[in-house]
Amino acid sequence: MTDGTESQIPSFHRKGFRFDLFRLFTWVASAATVATLVFIAASILVQAWPAIARFGLGFFTTVAWKTSDPENYGVLPYLVGTAISSLIALLLALPLGVLISIFLSENFLALPLRNTVRFVVELLAAIPSVIYGLWGIAVVIPIVQRIGGPIAGALGFLPLFQGPSSGNSMLTASLVLALMVLPTITAISRTALVAVPGQLREGSYAIGATRWETIFGVLLPTAAPGIVAATILAFGRAMGETMAVAMLIGNSPRLTWSLLSPAGTLASLIANKFGEAEDLQVSALLYAAFALMLFTLLVNVLGELVLRRAQKSISGLR
Amino acid sequence: MSTAVFNQNLAPELKAQTARDRLRLGRNFFWTAICVGASFLTLIPLFSIIFLVVSNGVGLLTPSVFFELPPAPGQEGGGLGNAIQGTALMVGIAILIAAPLGILSAIYISEYDKRSMLAAAVRFIAKLLTGIPSIICGMFAFATIVVSTHTKSSIAGGVALAVLALPTILLTAEQALLGVPHALREASYGMGATKFQTIFRVVLPEAVPAIMTGLMLAVARAAGETAPVLFTATSSAYWLSSLMEPTQSLAELIYRFGKYPYPHLIQLAWTASLVLVVLVTLTNVTAQLVFGKRKRR
Repeated sequence: MTDGTESQIPSFHRKGFRFDLFRLFTWVASAATVATLVFIAASILVQAWPAIARFGLGFFTTVAWKTSDPENYGVLPYLVGTAISSLIALLLALPLGVLISIFLSENFLALPLRNTVRFVVELLAAIPSVIYGLWGIAVVIPIVQRIGGPIAGALGFLPLFQGPSSGNSMLTASLVLALMVLPTITAISRTALVAVPGQLREGSYAIGATRWETIFGVLLPTAAPGIVAATILAFGRAMGETMAVAMLIGNSPRLTWSLLSPAGTLASLIANKFGEAEDLQVSALLYAAFALMLFTLLVNVLGELVLRRAQKSISGLR
Repeated sequence: MSTAVFNQNLAPELKAQTARDRLRLGRNFFWTAICVGASFLTLIPLFSIIFLVVSNGVGLLTPSVFFELPPAPGQEGGGLGNAIQGTALMVGIAILIAAPLGILSAIYISEYDKRSMLAAAVRFIAKLLTGIPSIICGMFAFATIVVSTHTKSSIAGGVALAVLALPTILLTAEQALLGVPHALREASYGMGATKFQTIFRVVLPEAVPAIMTGLMLAVARAAGETAPVLFTATSSAYWLSSLMEPTQSLAELIYRFGKYPYPHLIQLAWTASLVLVVLVTLTNVTAQLVFGKRKRR
């Protein structure tokens, strides 16, 4: 209780039945919050156990998810699909997100205009995933259908752009995913940029640097750890995004490198197959869910740790 | 910029004296243009989403759409009645579970043992829970409640949504409590109040608007989630008669109807989207007003 900022509380305030009981309540709630995560992992693990015992780690290196073969399951294409869709989404959203966070932390335009942009980006984060899916079906799929053919024609010699092209594809899902992780990147990068001490900026201006020389030479390098954390956390979000991806990616069980053909992710696999699954397939899907949970937890822990280090290194500059 | 606050942000006005300077200033202008352009570029998808949701959704937005059961594929008419009922019920259950848990935890980590291991663990776990894919919340409720009760139900859906709502409520409540000035607590202690009295009579009343905002954000987020209720609650074409039977939700209706080849059902999905988007926008505007006011104070 030696906070430094808090005043010393006289000792008689620590006694009394009501006080202790309420404190106990809050303690129990806190313990329950911490236990939630363990409980989630354990309950999924228990239901997934038949599949884990049967397939082991080979589950992640096998291509097998057919209704005609209900005894054999493997998630390699979905694992690859999760990684690729998240990577492309980040590749698109990172430059855009950092540019927006610079826009929000600099004074190019009057504050009300900047606040409008900020509000719009925050609203992007609040729109339900399923509405992105509906919008993607109405807007993004027709666009990809129109440009997919020419792209496959021009760049078809690359395995990445091999035809035939389809509206429901890796590209469609990644485009919408990029839009969905943009708010995460923008919010965290903006916090990192705003936290850069003013003296650094002033020092840079004082030796004659232009605004953008200051941004590229001083502000971005100082805020870099925070931006890295934003990228990692956004990657975690992209990996677990379910509904929009399930509605747009086409859910193909084949392993393909082409961005223009249907693919699948771990989350979209669960969303699509769980409804009609029985027996071993339920267990196999829960195994996939457990793996997805472990991956996102890993990415999120890493992101939080980097974010913490970033905040520490910034506060050291003050 | 007239506000003094942004003085440190004012870029110097440089005069070009050599060709190299002109190049530097040109480059400077180029990046400013790119940056402003990119920022306004992101407004386009959002406006496109809002425009489509409103223009496609408003057609069926009549009072009766809120009170009628959804139509069968191929039929006309009908509404979102049971979906709204189901969403309201499940979000209610979720808040009933998550709000006490989240607010009590927030009180513990901001009023009692701030620096304890448990408080650090709560903060860390809450951050991790915000990053857990929503489908995992659904799998959790399936593995526990659906498996043991052998039926999809609003209870199972509500529990899945509670996991999702918990971190939002907890973290905003913590911010709300931390925003209460220390002087208020000290004045309360100075008058001889106990810690319990201080928390309930001084700190909580001051923090209530911000905590309520957190609750509203959690409601808005939970109402729009499909993945947690997809295999734990949905779907149903009828009104609810008990807590232990399959329950329809707005978000799941959007997902299912959006895939049908029937224009009427797709239009109904857009109408459901409009209802959700209005809910989300209203809560975000409120949150902006409440938290914005706090910061200015």
